[in-house]
Amino acid sequence: MSFYRPDHLSDALEIAAQGPGKIVAGGTDLYPSAKQGQRPEFYLDITAVQELRRVRFTQTGTHIGAGVTWSALVAADLPPAFDALKAAALEIGSVQIQNAGTVVGNLCNASPAADGVPALLALDAAVEILSTARGTRIVPLDRFITNVRQTDLAGDEIVTGIRIPPQPGNMRSAFEKLGSRRYLVISICMTAANIACDDQGCIEEARIAVGACSPVAQRLSTLEGRLIGQRPADIEVTPEDLAPLCPINDVRGSAAYRMDVVAEQVARAVRKAAVS
Amino acid sequence: MNKQFDHAAALSFRLNDTTVSAAPYPGQRLSDLLREGLGSRDVKVGCDAGDCGACTVLLDGDPVCACLTPAHQVQGRRVETLAGLYESDAQAQALAQRFLDHGAAQCGICTPGMIVSAVALLRRDPSPADDDVKTALGGVLCRCTGYRKIIDAVINAPGTAQSGDGTVGSSVPHLDGMPKVTGAMAYGDDIAPQGCLEILVIRSPFARASFVLGDMDSLTDQPGVAAVLTAADIPGQNAFGVIPQFIDQPVFAEGKVRFRGEAVAAIVAEPAFLAAFDPKRFPVTWTELPASSDVTAAQQEGAPELHPGRTHNVMCGGFVSRGDPQTTLARAAVTVEGRFQSGFVEHGYIEPEAGFAEMTGGRLVLHACTQAPVMDLEGLAGILAMDRSEIRVVPTAVGGGFGSKLDLTVQPYLALGALKTGRPVRMRYSRTESMQSSTKRHPSDITLRIGADAQGRICGFDFHGTFDTGAYASWGPTVANRVPVHASGPYKVADYRAASKGVHTNNPPAGAFRGFGVPQSAIAQESLFDELAEKLGMDALEFRILNALENGAPTVCGQVFDQGVGIKPCLEALRPAWAAERAAAAAFNDSNGVRRRGVGVAGGWYGCGNTSLPNPSTIKSGIRADGTIVLHQGAVDIGQGSNTVITQIFAEALGVPVGAITRVGGDTDVTPDAGKTSASRQTYVSGNAARLSGEALRAQILEKINVGIDARLTIDGPEITAEDSAGLHTLSLAGLAADEDGFVLHACESYDPPTKPLDAQGQGAPYAQFGYAAHLAVVEVDTAMGTVTPVKFVAAHDVGKAINPMLVEGQVHGGIAQGLGMALMEEYLPGRTENLHDYLIPTIGDIPPIETIIIEEPDAHGPHGAKGLGEHVLIPTAPALLNAIKAATGVRHRQVPATPARVRTEILKAQP
Repeated sequence: MSFYRPDHLSDALEIAAQGPGKIVAGGTDLYPSAKQGQRPEFYLDITAVQELRRVRFTQTGTHIGAGVTWSALVAADLPPAFDALKAAALEIGSVQIQNAGTVVGNLCNASPAADGVPALLALDAAVEILSTARGTRIVPLDRFITNVRQTDLAGDEIVTGIRIPPQPGNMRSAFEKLGSRRYLVISICMTAANIACDDQGCIEEARIAVGACSPVAQRLSTLEGRLIGQRPADIEVTPEDLAPLCPINDVRGSAAYRMDVVAEQVARAVRKAAVS
Repeated sequence: MNKQFDHAAALSFRLNDTTVSAAPYPGQRLSDLLREGLGSRDVKVGCDAGDCGACTVLLDGDPVCACLTPAHQVQGRRVETLAGLYESDAQAQALAQRFLDHGAAQCGICTPGMIVSAVALLRRDPSPADDDVKTALGGVLCRCTGYRKIIDAVINAPGTAQSGDGTVGSSVPHLDGMPKVTGAMAYGDDIAPQGCLEILVIRSPFARASFVLGDMDSLTDQPGVAAVLTAADIPGQNAFGVIPQFIDQPVFAEGKVRFRGEAVAAIVAEPAFLAAFDPKRFPVTWTELPASSDVTAAQQEGAPELHPGRTHNVMCGGFVSRGDPQTTLARAAVTVEGRFQSGFVEHGYIEPEAGFAEMTGGRLVLHACTQAPVMDLEGLAGILAMDRSEIRVVPTAVGGGFGSKLDLTVQPYLALGALKTGRPVRMRYSRTESMQSSTKRHPSDITLRIGADAQGRICGFDFHGTFDTGAYASWGPTVANRVPVHASGPYKVADYRAASKGVHTNNPPAGAFRGFGVPQSAIAQESLFDELAEKLGMDALEFRILNALENGAPTVCGQVFDQGVGIKPCLEALRPAWAAERAAAAAFNDSNGVRRRGVGVAGGWYGCGNTSLPNPSTIKSGIRADGTIVLHQGAVDIGQGSNTVITQIFAEALGVPVGAITRVGGDTDVTPDAGKTSASRQTYVSGNAARLSGEALRAQILEKINVGIDARLTIDGPEITAEDSAGLHTLSLAGLAADEDGFVLHACESYDPPTKPLDAQGQGAPYAQFGYAAHLAVVEVDTAMGTVTPVKFVAAHDVGKAINPMLVEGQVHGGIAQGLGMALMEEYLPGRTENLHDYLIPTIGDIPPIETIIIEEPDAHGPHGAKGLGEHVLIPTAPALLNAIKAATGVRHRQVPATPARVRTEILKAQP
């Protein structure tokens, strides 16, 4: 067994191709899920690859490298459309977790309760994947996470970053999280809302995503369409709007409870985004 | 080229102010490398999952959990730990002093994580606001302090500690505090030499199963394995327990297991072997069997009997009866009744059970974090079939206990491992192992009916409580006995019946946890008191004051205290806050929709020490020829402050400053038994023994010098000076003969509380003293989501005499935090919440400001009038919160924890 920590992406891809190994960035999901006596063939630590540790801005939008931690994301100069993502970043675990854990790691871990996923869905994010065998693949986030703890990532591939298309200048954004305590808490449910309003204060674009209420966080497309033209203060969330959700009963709450409160949470997130 | 690190490849990085190199194994955690490779035992490990933050270090200035950091990531970087920061960082030194000045470190196990996190904050922002502190420290869990004093220390609020001689009544800082704030304190896992043999216990994955062990030799023969331990290796009795009639738990199960997490074997091996050993490879064949998961199932006909002779799995019961409750209930003007339920609560100390053992000169020497070194020794003597004289137990610093570290955990495995291999051995439970196998608070299922007459006086009280004691007895019988004695609360209840029983299930053993069942019964009683007051149209606080127990009035056990009953002053002290906070809540509610505020009150009492059983403490002290005053302080300090309080009492009795005292801990070879740290007995019982010991030592000195009792003593080097009205007199110690301890003067005194047995009706004198408490809680409920946010507490506690007011406040804050957790978020579910991210305890962001009101109604038996406090502090908390939720929402919760889901569900049910 080995621990690889290459400086260059090309080396990392070569090592990944020898897989299956375990890709490590912040370690914040790797170690808690480690089982006594069970170890991977090798560890591939990508945190020394400097080119992955940046938030970059290009003509095609914003690129969050696979080594970017939640704290680095919060420190980055990003437009208001990213406020939900930043707010989610500040709710991830604790300062210790935010200083180590990465945005991309949150996607690759594919927890239904990953706080980063709804905000990235609301930004229409896509995942950038590289391998020596197949080059670059770009997969929309809603197709990258396929199920609970499952992703569309092959054993020889590395996620190198997240691509976020340019956002409308009037796009505002908010995040709401429900948990049983203030810090270090896995969400019962959470909502990210990206809302753009016209000059009259009516919604002209809405992107709303909910986490922890389905195996993979979901956009509420029916609601998004229905909100166009409405004033944020007047909106109501109906059961039909929540049709994409299918929460489970777990130690944090029942399915019925989640369906009940998520309607309120969505309405709050939309209103908060609109006034932000 | 690829940077590949194999076993031999070395890293280089700066650790504090030194450049170090190390060769971690692939995937090794930084916490492990620092502690075991580089000797930085100031980095504490509480969970290995980023849930507790105890292991926080600074990596290039940023706080990270060392347990989640691959060691290889620190190549070329700078790692700072508490010990290093304290050595060279002025900010850290000032902060450490402030932690002492606020009593912000109790057990101290979270302190490295707290101070390191706070240093990072203060470097960025020298004058942070409360909320900044909460966010910066939100990743570090503390189970002792309730966090408020930590916030005060970080924001540099005026300190409450007083310098000086530490006279009784003064807030001298924790006398054992300095090593806690510098990282030097050695806890259970900090004693063993690096690289020594470790022990991995093999545990049942099933709640009930039969099993057959396979070929142990195949395992024993593997390189790195020193021994495999099973029941066959136990020289004595394969059983332990804490109550002589209920010694029923095997060290290693034989043929069948009764709960998930029960031990069946253990491997003693080199660390590298165990790190790579998957327990699934252990040769054992399981056959899962149907299990009883709750008390209802366990009592049904045909349910498997866990222990032969305990019919229907009933372990034992408790009973108190006085007057004629049925008749009085029938004629009561109003009656209320209800069924109340609570689940398992995990102690959640941040230090998992850990220790170290070795054979020295044919004797077993065992170091472990424990609340009861002498009970440990007695338990081990039976298991090992060794004479007591062949065993030495040395308690380490304890990173929180709250009752669970009264029972044996790691000790038998360590002892058997050292005996069988002849080599030093160590072990630390993983967090999951600790949660699976250690004791819990008893789940309760209580039905209660209470009546009151038209004037509001209690008129009949009928209580039935069933407690899930899990697979083994532990302290279950104590809970069964204590609850009926306490279920009335601190009130005048003339007609009373309370029956309890403990029932075995295939759940983890339920044992001692701060309050021994009384917090559960208080929820039922204090909730129904609010309902009675409401039915009567009375004010809830005045209703309690009307019914409050008083001097001269009998308790439900017929015990009459003619002094020292302090519940009424506690309740009366809440009157101003009760009026102001309810007015403020009403104003808030007038201008808010879904967010509603409410105010609740509750009272509580707790009898200090064992229930109607002998409960002595012995305290030895002496003076050496060089003038060193030695106090053998065997009352284990688990963070509650006995090292400080007992020393204050002793020093006052002797007539010297606390700074003149040298403490020796509870090493069973040198220190007499000061009893277990439980039942809020140390200040009262060991405090009295310390007082007697100090007085006896003083009497000898006065006699030798021939001066009066009010002479002022100064012990300075080998000479004692006494000053009285006649002038200065001296005693030279040099000429006195020293005993085997090196003492030229010595005293050893015991104290045992005067109690009387309970008769068949539960009548008698179970405790020499009770302590009393009343809490007021203000909550804000988001009625749309079901979340409850406590916004304020006012806590009045009758402690008789506050030996150290700052430490009293610390106990109050910590107890409230635990009561809040029990009320709102904590529920241990075997197999489902076996870690600190699924099992939630309050964080720094969950505890609101707490105003502590100290009431001093002196007790005739207590040292300087002092009463116990430890358990009292969480008894009123949960019912006060539930009553506040009711006031805010109109909805009463009869099941804890009142999680957001449960609160919202009840609110919906109540809507038309």
